[in-house]
Amino acid sequence: MYKTPEGKEIFVVDGHTHFWDGSPENQSNIHGKQFIDCFYAYHSALSPPEEVWEKSQFEKYTENQLYNDLFVDGPDDVAIVQSTYLRDFYKNGFNTIERNAKVAEKYPDRFIVNGAFDPRDGNKALEYIHYMKETFDIQGVKLYTAEWNGKSKGWALNDPKAYKCFELCEKLGIRNMHVHKGPTIIPLNKDAFDVHDVDHAATDFQNLNWVIEHCGLPRLDDFCWIAVQETNVYAGLAVALPFIHSRPRYFAEIISELLFWVGEDKILFGSDYAIWTPQWLVEKLWAFELPEDIKQQAGVDLTPEIKEKILGLNAAELYNIDVEERKATLASSPIMIAAE
Amino acid sequence: MSTQQEIRVFEVDLGNPKVRAVWAQIGKVCDPELDEPVTDMHFIERVDIDSDDHVTVSFRLPTYWCSANFAFLMANDIRVHVEHLDWVARASVQLEDHMFSEQVNTGVNTGLSFQKTFADLAPDQGLDEIREKFREKAFKRRQEVLLLALRNSGWSDSRITALTLEQLAALRFDEDEPAKQKPRYLALVGELGFASAPDDRIFTDYEGSPLAVTGLEDYLKDLRSVRINMEFNGALCRGLLNARYKELEPSDGEPTLIDFILDKVPPAASRGHTKNTRQISSD
Repeated sequence: MYKTPEGKEIFVVDGHTHFWDGSPENQSNIHGKQFIDCFYAYHSALSPPEEVWEKSQFEKYTENQLYNDLFVDGPDDVAIVQSTYLRDFYKNGFNTIERNAKVAEKYPDRFIVNGAFDPRDGNKALEYIHYMKETFDIQGVKLYTAEWNGKSKGWALNDPKAYKCFELCEKLGIRNMHVHKGPTIIPLNKDAFDVHDVDHAATDFQNLNWVIEHCGLPRLDDFCWIAVQETNVYAGLAVALPFIHSRPRYFAEIISELLFWVGEDKILFGSDYAIWTPQWLVEKLWAFELPEDIKQQAGVDLTPEIKEKILGLNAAELYNIDVEERKATLASSPIMIAAE
Repeated sequence: MSTQQEIRVFEVDLGNPKVRAVWAQIGKVCDPELDEPVTDMHFIERVDIDSDDHVTVSFRLPTYWCSANFAFLMANDIRVHVEHLDWVARASVQLEDHMFSEQVNTGVNTGLSFQKTFADLAPDQGLDEIREKFREKAFKRRQEVLLLALRNSGWSDSRITALTLEQLAALRFDEDEPAKQKPRYLALVGELGFASAPDDRIFTDYEGSPLAVTGLEDYLKDLRSVRINMEFNGALCRGLLNARYKELEPSDGEPTLIDFILDKVPPAASRGHTKNTRQISSD
């Protein structure tokens, strides 16, 4: 719960969080090291100086810290914890569903655990989707098209094998597809950040919701064109939002583009924890106002009502969270201060 | 594992005329997705010229994962531009700290094509399509800067759309950004062949058709999206590069910082180059 300076209580759903192990002990190779180093560069480049962590803490943090940063020191009511495997880089995986589920089962009202699958695994991927639904009752997945898998260095949402997986997800009621578009290698001669496969998948799977994390950055312009045509495409704010601190004007331009093209009902807050912690992001977003010239130019505004949708109501809708009921549940089960 | 080991120092001795000439050539190479010179982006780490006039340019990118195709394009363009200098015997590039450093360096330095270099990963096409895509974005970004500058100085849309090549070439902009983008826009328009005679209309769409007053507002919205995206990426890349290499800002000759760096200076520093620890500004 975020309490605004005016005393209003805002329900916060953090649409994008992680509980990873990127420690040297878990790294399989140089790629594992470079992967977490790159995350750390994002963290240290865009966090306010007082929010920057030590590298070793960033590589691997505890359950207690996760819980504290999100719910005790942080404003989250509910956090969606995403799974990312990266088995070619990390011995035990970077952030598996089992690792997430273990912490989530202690705080069932707080976490929503999303799964992950790799369509290149063929029938095994289909079996794995069944396993995740039966074991963890997932409502969504995180898809990471840049993931390496043996010789393959990436995949596209419109690959035939991916479509088989989406058909199964649709059948099982796994509806929320969080897509992270990282720099993919294949096909190497094409734009590695191309987002056009989203267009195909979103058109062909109208019953699934396509949450594009990092709102397609670094292809925001392409993404906006797609999102405006597809009613089931959403923008996840992770990575874009931290610019609110270092370059507020750029952030204003980004969010005004998103409001214009994607719309206020389809933008989701996500801290991308532990790359960033949610408290400062939510505080700054709440305090933020669009500069007058940008407001005029884009013809949009970022009102408190819109901020409330972005911070929690939009994600609540996607994940069937009854906000009033959940508020009551959370109020009756006070925050646990974890013993160290 | 300390991040301190990653501190780097630029070693580009701009007092040396040959290095300066090389630097000017490298400055013509842009990061395709940012449309900014690689020199401005602080990608160039070192320029070495040996006694046989063999030039080696070392460069690095904001992340280990930066697109290999962009890396290849930049590496190749750097080599080609440096070799345009007639005193240069041979130019090589050295991409550092990248997942495909070895392949890119071998490929570019031995004159292999992109497809040959990445025979396993690239299908049968080259990089033309991607070059073309980003040329369009560069065109739009440069054009928007000029259109907005003219609007801001009170020009009507009909006056703007009627502007000819000759007239734009003669215009002077006081602000930095339009002053910087004007020659770049003119060069690109020339390259694309959208305007060549002095009285050709200078503002066209990417098909080469002159812009009209009607529809200009929507057209500008499209340009705006492209520009915001590119600027945002530029900001992100600068931040990541800075975080990755922890370049220290010169702080009024404070010896402690320099002492700190000196331990970490790569061996080439002892060859007597001037060390320029340039500032990466936050905006």
